[in-house]
Amino acid sequence: MEKGMNLKLKVWRQKSTADKGGIVDYNVNNVSPDMSFLEMIDVLNEDLVKKGDDPVAFDHDCREGICGMCSMFINGEAHGPNRGVTTCQLHMRSFKDGDTVYVEPWRSEGFPVIKDLMVNRGAFDRIQQAGGFVSVNTSGRTMDANAIPIPKEDADKAFDAATCIGCGACVATCPNGSAMLFVGAKVSQFALLPQGQVERKDRVLNMVKQMDEEGFGNCSNIGACEVQCPKNISLEVIARMNREYLTANVKPEN
Amino acid sequence: MELNSKIPDGSLDQKWTKYKGNVRLVNPANKRSIDVIVVGTGLAGASAAASLAEMGYSVKALCFQDSPRRAHSIAAQGGINAAKNYMNDGDSTYRLFYDTIKGGDYRSREANVHRLAEVSANIIDQCVAQGVPFARDYGGLLDNRSFGGTQVSRTFYAKGQTGQQLLLGAYSALSRQIGKGTVEMLNRHEMLDVVIVDGKARGIIARNLVTGELERHSAHAVVLCTGGYGNVFFLSTNAMGSNVTAAWRAHKRGAAFGNPCFTQIHPTCIPVSGDHQSKLTLMSESLRNDGRIWVPKHKEDVEAIRAKRLKPQDIPEDRRDYYLERRYPAFGNLVPRDIASRAAKERCDEGFGVNATGEAVYLDFSSAIIRYGKAQANVKGIHNATDQQIIELGTKVVEQKYGNLFQMYEQIVAENPYTTPMMIYPAVHYTMGGLWVDYELMTSVPGLYACGEANFSDHGANRLGASALMQGLADGYFVLPYTIGNYLADEIRTGKISTQSPEFEEAEKNVRKQIDSLLNNNGTEPVDHYHRRLGKVMWNECGMARTEKGLKWAIAEIQQIRKEFYANARVPNQSLYMNTELAKALRVADFIDLGELMCWDALNRNESCGGHFREEYQTEDGEALRDDENFKYVSAWEWSGDPSAPKLNKEELIYENIKVQQRSYK
Ligand SMILES: Cc1cc2nc3c(=O)[nH]c(=O)nc-3n(C[C@H](O)[C@H](O)[C@H](O)COP(=O)(O)OP(=O)(O)OC[C@H]3O[C@@H](n4cnc5c(N)ncnc54)[C@H](O)[C@@H]3O)c2cc1C
Ligand code: SF4
Ligand code: FES
Repeated sequence: MEKGMNLKLKVWRQKSTADKGGIVDYNVNNVSPDMSFLEMIDVLNEDLVKKGDDPVAFDHDCREGICGMCSMFINGEAHGPNRGVTTCQLHMRSFKDGDTVYVEPWRSEGFPVIKDLMVNRGAFDRIQQAGGFVSVNTSGRTMDANAIPIPKEDADKAFDAATCIGCGACVATCPNGSAMLFVGAKVSQFALLPQGQVERKDRVLNMVKQMDEEGFGNCSNIGACEVQCPKNISLEVIARMNREYLTANVKPEN
Repeated sequence: MELNSKIPDGSLDQKWTKYKGNVRLVNPANKRSIDVIVVGTGLAGASAAASLAEMGYSVKALCFQDSPRRAHSIAAQGGINAAKNYMNDGDSTYRLFYDTIKGGDYRSREANVHRLAEVSANIIDQCVAQGVPFARDYGGLLDNRSFGGTQVSRTFYAKGQTGQQLLLGAYSALSRQIGKGTVEMLNRHEMLDVVIVDGKARGIIARNLVTGELERHSAHAVVLCTGGYGNVFFLSTNAMGSNVTAAWRAHKRGAAFGNPCFTQIHPTCIPVSGDHQSKLTLMSESLRNDGRIWVPKHKEDVEAIRAKRLKPQDIPEDRRDYYLERRYPAFGNLVPRDIASRAAKERCDEGFGVNATGEAVYLDFSSAIIRYGKAQANVKGIHNATDQQIIELGTKVVEQKYGNLFQMYEQIVAENPYTTPMMIYPAVHYTMGGLWVDYELMTSVPGLYACGEANFSDHGANRLGASALMQGLADGYFVLPYTIGNYLADEIRTGKISTQSPEFEEAEKNVRKQIDSLLNNNGTEPVDHYHRRLGKVMWNECGMARTEKGLKWAIAEIQQIRKEFYANARVPNQSLYMNTELAKALRVADFIDLGELMCWDALNRNESCGGHFREEYQTEDGEALRDDENFKYVSAWEWSGDPSAPKLNKEELIYENIKVQQRSYK
C-alpha cells in the first residue's frame, strides 16, 4: 500500500468557555487521501485517548454535509479550502504531504466556544423562534396541497434559500460577524412563497430584532459569507431581506 | 408479559375514524397541568412535540445535538410517500396500504399500516401549509417520482434534500412553540434512563452533555422518538450520533423490543474505501428511477476493470449484465431494497464486483441522459441534435433532479458520475425493528410511547423507500396527539410528579454507577475499537445473509466483546465537562447488548422474510422462503436481567383484508 501523508496540525484547544485557550501542535501520520477531514481528526483523537490525553472536542453528526453540525475553521477558512462543501465533506486529497494545517473553531461574539472546536450556536435557534415559521396549526386540516399552484421558478428559488444548513460559516467568516446570510435565507424562503405572505412583515422585523440582540454585526457588503457558504446561499437573500425590512418598516397609511 | 395490540374493532377502513370518534379527550384547562417529555426532535419528535404543545400540554423536548434542526432525519434524501393520486396513475389509500404490507413481506400489522396510508395525504397538505418547498412542475403543481416496490408515482420530494426540508418544516413548528414558551427545549442532552413509578413511566434521567451533570425530569408521559439503531453495525448510513440508548434503557425497564433483527440494508450506497471509514453515504433510492444497475457479464472484463485497463464506459451493451432487469422484469431496477441488495451481493459473491475489494456494482445514468436529452431537444425544437448536444441537454435534466447527490458522490469518490457510472454497494440503512408498541403507539410500559423509527410498527420485515418520513410525521402530527389523550385523561388529577421519589433516586444512582465505572476503568483501548469489532461481527453474521452456525458464533463473540469492553475500554477521565468519549462509551455499551439480542432474534426466526435472509431458508432460485405457519408473528423480546437470556413473547399477526402470498416482483 502506498504510504499516506504526514501532516502537522495546529489545533485550538480550550477547556471551557471561560478558559483562555491556545494552539497546540500535533503530528498526524499516514493519512490516506480518501479520508475525510473529520476521519483524520478521529485518528488524532484515538491516538490521544490511547495516550491518556483528552481528545479534541468538535461537533459533527451526519458527516455528509447536511446537518450543519461540523464547523471548523481550517487554515483561515470556514470549512477549509474547498468551495461548496462542509468540513465533513472535505477530503484529505485536498492536502499534501508535509502540510501544516491550522484548525480553529468558529469565532464570533454570537457563538461562544464551549470546548476546543465546539461552539454554541443557540443564537440561530432563537432567531428562528422569533419568526422563522408559518403560524399554521399542526392538525393537517389545512387545504389541499395543490390548492395553490406556485410558479416553479418561485418554488425553486424558495428551495434554494431553504437549503441553508444553519452551520454558521457565514458568521464565522464575516469580519463583522454578521448573520445576514443565514437570516436572509429564511426570510427569503417564506417571502417567495404564498404561505409566507400573511406574516411577512412581522417575520422580518422580529427575526432582525432578535439577530441584533444576539450580538451579530452589521452587513457591509463584503461578500465573504457567500464565498464560504457550503450551500452556495446567494447574497441575493440579503438584498431581499433588506427590501423586506424596509417595506415592513413603512407605516401603513390609514 | 401480556401483549395487547389494542386494535379497534370494525372494518379496516373504519377503525381509525371510529377510534378517533370515541377516544377520551383531555380538556384544554387540564392539559396545561399535564407534562409530557418528548425525547428526540427528528421528524417524529419535532412533530409530536409541536403538536402536543399546540394542543396545550406542557412539553419538554430533548435532543443530543446542539439544535433540534440537526436530527438525523435531516439527511433523508429521496422523498416521502403519500396516497394523493395526483398523477392519476391508480394510487389510493388501499394501494399504499397493500404495497406497504407486501413490501414488508407480511410481517406488519394491518390496522397500523392502513392508518398510516389514511393519514399520508394530510402530511403533504400540512407540510405545504408550513412552507416546505417541495418540487413542482411547470404548471406550479406538486411533482412526484417513483420509488422501489411500487408501480405508481407517489413520492413527493425536494430535490435530494427531502428530509432536510421536512425536518426544517417540523423544526419551524417546534420553534414556534418554543418561542411561545409551550415547549422547553433541552439541546445537548442525552436520555439515559426511564423512571418508572407504580408501573407507569413518570420521567427520565438525562445527562447534560456540556456540563456532564445528571438531571431528573418528571412527566405524566414519556415519548421516545429517538430514531433507529443501524449504528450497531458501526458502519451505516446513519449519522454518527444515532444510537439505541434511549430505546435500550426503556427495554431494560420493561418495554418489549419488537423484531430487533429486521434491518434494512440499502442497495445503493458508496462502497467502503478503507479502514479509516467512519460512516457510509447513501445514494438515494430515487436514483433507481433513472439509473440502471449492472456488472460485466464476463470475468475477463471484471478483471480488466479492476486492473484499470478498461473503463465501464468501454464495455459494450451486450457484455453487460443488467441483473435486476434480467431477474425481475416486472419491477426491474425498482424492486424493493432487500431484493436489490441481495442481488448485488449475489453478483459480487460470484466474483463480478467492479472495484478493488470486489464489493461494488455500477449504477449507470447514460441511458437516462440520452433519453432526457432527446426529449429536451424536441421540447426546444432542436432538430438533428448532435449526440454531444443530446448528452448536454440530458445531463442538465439529470443535474436538476439529482444534482446534490451527484456532487456528494464526486466529493467522496473523486469521479464524475455524469460520465462514469457510479459504483455502489449495499449498506446498513434503517431498522424496521424497535420498541414494540400497540395501536396507540404505547410500549409495554404504561405511559411510555415510541414514535418514528424507534418503534417497530409499520414496516414489517422490509421498509419501502420514502415511507419512513411518512411514518415519522404521521406518528407525530396525526396519531400520537390523539392516542396519548386516551391515557392522559386519567392523569388530570395526578398533579406535578416529584423527582424526589426513591424511584428517581435509584435510577440516577444506577446511571451514575455506570458512568463512574467507565471513567475509572483504566483500560487501554478507545471505545471505537469495540464498536468496530461489534460492527464487523454484526455485518458478517447478522447482515445481508444469516445462518444458524454464524449466529451462534456471533453470540459467543459478542459476549466476549462485552467482557473485554468492560475490562479494558478507556474513557478519558480528565473531566466530565463535554466528555465526548464518555457519551460514546455509554452508547457502545448498549449497542453490544442490542447486537446480541439481534442475533438471538435472527436465530429464532427459522425463515427468510424481507431483510432477514437465513441461508437455510430459500427457494430454488434464491428468493426468501417465508414460513407463515410458524413465524407469522412479531417477536417481542423481554429483558430478563441477563443480556444472554432474553425472553421471547409473540404477537400473532392476523390478516383479514390481505391474502398472504409469496412476494413476487417478477
Ligand atoms: C441517509 C438516509 C437517507 C434517508 N432517506 C429517506 C428517504 O428519502 N425517505 C424516507 O422515507 N426515509 C429515509 N430515510 C429514513 C429516515 O430518514 C429515518 O427513518 C427517519 O428520519 C427517522 O426519524 P425519527 O424522527 O424517527 O428519528 P431521527 O431523525 O433519527 O431523530 C432522532 C432524535 O432523537 C434524539 N435522540 C436519540 N437518542 C437520544 C437520547 N438518548 N437522548 C436524547 N435524544 C436522543 C436525536 O437527538 C434526534 O433528535 C433515510 C435515512 C438515511 C440514513
Ligand atoms: S447561509 Fe450558508 S454559511 Fe450561513 S448558516 Fe446557512 S449554510 Fe451555513
Ligand atoms: S457533520 Fe453534518 S454537515 Fe458536517
